[in-house]
Amino acid sequence: MDSRDLLDLIWVVPGLPLLGAVVLLFFGKRIGEPAAGWIATLMMTLSFAASVVAFLALRDLPADERFHGYDLFTWIPSGGFQVEMGFLADPLSITFILFVTGVGALIHLYSVGYMHGDPRYARFFAYLNLFAASMLVLVLGRNFLVTFLGWEGVGLCSYLLISFWFERNSAAVAGKKAFVTNRVGDFGFMLAMFLIFARLGSLDYGVMNEGAADLAQGTATGIALLLFLGAVGKSAQFPLHVWLPDAMEGPTPVSALIHAATMVTAGIFLVARAHPFFEASDSALTVVAWVGAGTAFFAASIALVQVDVKRVLAFSTISQLGYMFLALGVGAYGAAIFHVVTHAFFKATLFLGAGSVIHENADGQDMRTMGGLRKFMPYTSIAFIVAWLAIAGVPPFSGFWSKDEILAKAFFADDYGLWAIGTVTAALTAFYMGRTVYLVFFGNERFRAATADVAEEAAPEAPHVRDHAGSLESPIVMPYEEPAPARLDHDPHEAPPIMVAPVVILAVLGAVGGLLSLPFTSLEFLVHWLEPVFEGVEEIHADSFQSAFVLSTVSVVFAVVGIGVAVLLYRRGLTAPDADPLPKRLPGVSRVLEHDWYVDEGVSAAVAGPGRKGADWLSDGFDRQGVDGLVNGVATLVRQAGGGLRRVQSGLVRNYALGVVVGTAALLLYLLIRAG
Amino acid sequence: MTRLLAVEPTANYYLVLAAALFTIGAVGLLVRRNVLVMFMCVELMLNAANLTFVTFARELDDIGGQAIVFFTLVVAAAEVAVGLAIIVAIFRRRRGATADDIRLLRG
Repeated sequence: MDSRDLLDLIWVVPGLPLLGAVVLLFFGKRIGEPAAGWIATLMMTLSFAASVVAFLALRDLPADERFHGYDLFTWIPSGGFQVEMGFLADPLSITFILFVTGVGALIHLYSVGYMHGDPRYARFFAYLNLFAASMLVLVLGRNFLVTFLGWEGVGLCSYLLISFWFERNSAAVAGKKAFVTNRVGDFGFMLAMFLIFARLGSLDYGVMNEGAADLAQGTATGIALLLFLGAVGKSAQFPLHVWLPDAMEGPTPVSALIHAATMVTAGIFLVARAHPFFEASDSALTVVAWVGAGTAFFAASIALVQVDVKRVLAFSTISQLGYMFLALGVGAYGAAIFHVVTHAFFKATLFLGAGSVIHENADGQDMRTMGGLRKFMPYTSIAFIVAWLAIAGVPPFSGFWSKDEILAKAFFADDYGLWAIGTVTAALTAFYMGRTVYLVFFGNERFRAATADVAEEAAPEAPHVRDHAGSLESPIVMPYEEPAPARLDHDPHEAPPIMVAPVVILAVLGAVGGLLSLPFTSLEFLVHWLEPVFEGVEEIHADSFQSAFVLSTVSVVFAVVGIGVAVLLYRRGLTAPDADPLPKRLPGVSRVLEHDWYVDEGVSAAVAGPGRKGADWLSDGFDRQGVDGLVNGVATLVRQAGGGLRRVQSGLVRNYALGVVVGTAALLLYLLIRAG
Repeated sequence: MTRLLAVEPTANYYLVLAAALFTIGAVGLLVRRNVLVMFMCVELMLNAANLTFVTFARELDDIGGQAIVFFTLVVAAAEVAVGLAIIVAIFRRRRGATADDIRLLRG
């Protein structure tokens, strides 16, 4: 078969997981425990195989012809508004489907072990498959509406999966929070689509590529910023990041899937896909870059003091996504996608590793009650440490290459401010991940039940049990109990092989993922592969090899300093669960950080205070008195006029006759006057 | 042909007569309360109008006026049939036929 014929079958890639989801939704109960998980995993694996075939087929085409669109059917045929259910295979979408299906398949495999014994086992895998299918539709869409279909599907599945254990109120609340926050972004996406259709007359990406450059400056900026609002919501950038830390309520494989393969990278994808609009507007690009850089620093600072292992990882994801937006904002699209891919590897490792730790720690997520697990979980800890070095930016692990690429591009694009923020954030990243690793895997063992009373003493200060102002439910992170006191009465042991294997594979990928695109001529495979997509985007070149080398050295130094401080502070673990040295040394700062810079509280207070007053006024002053008053006023007027006029209808025939006579006389008089 | 009147009657005479008849009918309709009498007043007004038509038909030498009178007569006949039936029904129901008492349809 010709490779173009093969690419016509690209719909198989999202089709397989969708089929799995449908089958499991209808027959899941009957299929039962291990089989349902295996079916879902098989679907993802087949989908990955199909993606690889698609990749090979696309690679056979000449570089400038690597855009293969295929329309399955006409989705909305209505006059001047035609939308095809079409898929587009190009280097960008193929890159995304490769790691979405690859990492997704490994997470599915891990879940087979992790979800063992859950009463809604099959349902979980149905949602998981649907999640992956939605993400694949999102990245493969040929026009904005198909992408939006996947976009909404991803939002729905995240809601279903975050609140999967909906018996817990906090999980239900977290799911709602994620859904509602995402709605804000979706609203931006929709407005952008309306604007695009109004200006270009089509939602097709091909039309966009040709028409975006000719748009008026203001229109391009408007479209770009509205699309970016959508991306901010989906990719959890400030100020719409609030849903992501709470999304930790979901089962850990879901967190891994959300953070690594699906969902949060959708925003990056959208900006990369719609780059013609952003390229047409310098101000939009500046906004993207600074929101990204600001979020990267902001989230990294919060991660410094978190005590919940999953919350650390959540804020680290927000921070890493900030790096990606920074890269997009300076026009380094290739670097952004590179970081998306490497981040998928090492963040999936971190999450699945954390999942194993939590699994073996009687579902406790509080790092203050862990420590020394290295001896009990050797494979998991090695994988976790590799991923830690990758995210911290230690060469030669993957994170170093991709993060360094972003920082170098920012520097050589003359955005020194962005570069400085990114470099400082790199040090923070190295520190908080080092802290996590040392608290979980090294130091003294604090997980035994003997220390339970100490843990309970420490509990009231734990930030995640504080009450939020207003009526919003406080997003409690601990499953089942508030601050998990240590309660392990036996030694923890290594996770079962089915859970270890995916973690180890992902860790290997996280270690060597940098090979995808080394910053040497002719070794930048991924960037070269993506070049046709970002045709016409001005490339950023290093001034010289020496300057690039110096920059890399600087970022490595920062990373090593971060790690060094973490090792110094946490080498021995904690003397007691409430004896974290960092808050002790910087009490004021860490109080602010523990409260996530008071963003949640601020939103709660704003909603409960002025927001509530505004809503009250709208409901009572505006709606009840204004709108209802107007309607009731018209009714009263009509009723009173009718009451007055009904006296005319006296029922006396002679009155009517008089009326006729008077009317006739008046008419005659009028005619006479006019004639005269 | 012998003259019965000292003056030759002109069209004006007929018109004045028609106006007088019409006024009698109109005023009668307004002031009388007996339904039957009011009904007759209506007939009077109709015929006053007929007289006007005929006068003008002759004066203008146009047959159209006389033709319209036939239509009026037909309509009047129909009206009489319906109206009398209603009046008979009223008389059967109640003792008198005072128009002011029949005011069920007041607002």
